[in-house]
Amino acid sequence: MIAAAIAIAGGAICLAILLTLYRLAVGPDATDRVLALDTLVIETIALIVLGGIAFGTAMYFEAALLFAMVGFVTTVAFCKFLLRGNVIE
Amino acid sequence: MRARLLPHPLLTVLVTLVFIFLMNEVTAGVVVLGLILGFAIPLLTAPFWPGRPRLKAPLTVAEFMLVVLWDIIISNIEVAKLILFRRGDRLRTRYVTVPLDLETPEAIALLAGTITMTPGTVSADLSADGKALLVHCLDTGDPAATVAAIKARYERRLKRIFE
Amino acid sequence: MHLLAEALVAALILIGAFFLFVGALGLARLPDMMRRLHGPTKATTLGIGALLIASMVYFAAVRGTFSIHELLITLFLFLTAPVSAHMLAKAHILRSGGRRDLPPTGTRTGWATLDDCKSDGT
Repeated sequence: MIAAAIAIAGGAICLAILLTLYRLAVGPDATDRVLALDTLVIETIALIVLGGIAFGTAMYFEAALLFAMVGFVTTVAFCKFLLRGNVIE
Repeated sequence: MRARLLPHPLLTVLVTLVFIFLMNEVTAGVVVLGLILGFAIPLLTAPFWPGRPRLKAPLTVAEFMLVVLWDIIISNIEVAKLILFRRGDRLRTRYVTVPLDLETPEAIALLAGTITMTPGTVSADLSADGKALLVHCLDTGDPAATVAAIKARYERRLKRIFE
Repeated sequence: MHLLAEALVAALILIGAFFLFVGALGLARLPDMMRRLHGPTKATTLGIGALLIASMVYFAAVRGTFSIHELLITLFLFLTAPVSAHMLAKAHILRSGGRRDLPPTGTRTGWATLDDCKSDGT
């Protein structure tokens, strides 16, 4: 039962990543692209967690945590750059 | 004496808990190391925390968290319905202004975060003097009712907690 | 008991994947930037939250090992999602230059992103 759920969920998340990549490629403005990147990070974390359940190991959680932290800092730095034209003031 | 050794009791508890969660096991060694970190980090970083808000009503904090968690779930289902079953250009999207009664910066930050996580609204900007919040609604028929709901549901509780 | 836990884990995984998919769908098909912001900030946080709770239940009930790691990631994402959404909204307001779309503040000053002279613009 869990194996089937993991297969379906993996498919759904891959579709979500494709949709996000579409927005990343098309996105009329830079803010759209930053939003797409932020979403992409969250979807990657979801895939990592799903992999952790599928392989039955807790080893991947550090990777997921690091992804979450780096993703947040990246988004804020991008927005700061768009707001100010400068990251460190 | 107590204030010098334990400048931030809540921060001590938080650091210890986060360390135990990170180690992912509850053994004597981990708890002791966590406690050492929990005492050392607030002591070393005390100069960076000049002021801190007072929590007036601790029980309201629990009530507020439960209300927000429930609203996050409801808001997700509502937004999912809007995305799946409505055409994007038919949504009655608009900005509304929420005048603020709160004055503490921490309370305003918490209110802005709460608004973003709850039904169909994203907080977009703050007025330059910090007395009004710009909120973007995904689908609203009655802007005045949305503002009244935000003020009654979240701001009233935050005001009781912080001020 | 074992079966019940497995059903719960499977249901949570499917709920999480569903919300992640809906969030990405909103990002792809809604017409303008501020509307697109609603999908990813809300739908994906609940999606990832459900997945992480599924992982917690799975390791506790099916594998028999204790794991509270996931709570940290969930909490972190719930704290950071509003902040990045707020920053993106501010960047969008500044770049679109949409002063006429915004309602008046009702106070003596303007919105912080556009009226930069007084605030420190964080």
